[in-house]
Amino acid sequence: MILARVAGTVVASARADGVRGPSFLLVQPCSAEGRPKGDMLVALDAMGVGIGETVLVSQGPSARQASVSDKKPIDALVCAVVDLVEEHGAVVFRK
Amino acid sequence: MLLARVAGTVVSTSKEPRIEGIKLLLLEKVDPSTMEGKKDWVVAMDGVGAGPGELVMYVSGSSSRMTAVTEGRPSDAAVIAIVDAVDMGGRAVYRKDAADSASQDAS
Repeated sequence: MILARVAGTVVASARADGVRGPSFLLVQPCSAEGRPKGDMLVALDAMGVGIGETVLVSQGPSARQASVSDKKPIDALVCAVVDLVEEHGAVVFRK
Repeated sequence: MLLARVAGTVVSTSKEPRIEGIKLLLLEKVDPSTMEGKKDWVVAMDGVGAGPGELVMYVSGSSSRMTAVTEGRPSDAAVIAIVDAVDMGGRAVYRKDAADSASQDAS
């Protein structure tokens, strides 16, 4: 999984993913300290997450291993909201 | 999934039988913070009937074979949604209605 910050939402009515309900989030991969790195991507929201929250994003075939995304064309899934990150004994992120 | 704009179509007559009858779209990846094209391209199978100029979302890898169109086909990229709206930090950065009328004005 990667750490990412929720940057926004993506709305689409014409969808071929067969997923009902959960929406798509625009997420910006970031370091544990919250520094943005790399390109933004769109992930299915399995959690009901808010804008600005730091989350874990599961990518690739693993993104299908949730009840909302099972056997669906989903390659990125927001699967956890991060409360705290500790690095070498020091807390570098706290919600 | 990544955001991309439909730049065109790809036509092939000589192809693996399991790709026959599937529309191939040429996509240019889009940077969501600017909504500009990134000069980075990918060919994806069309699962939703997207047209030129539309902002779409595509899925990569084995997950791209999970649509009704691409199931059992040698796909590693598939368009799964036509995007209506993108909001970032509470600000609208893309609206399909506005983009459609702008392209009509231009033509």
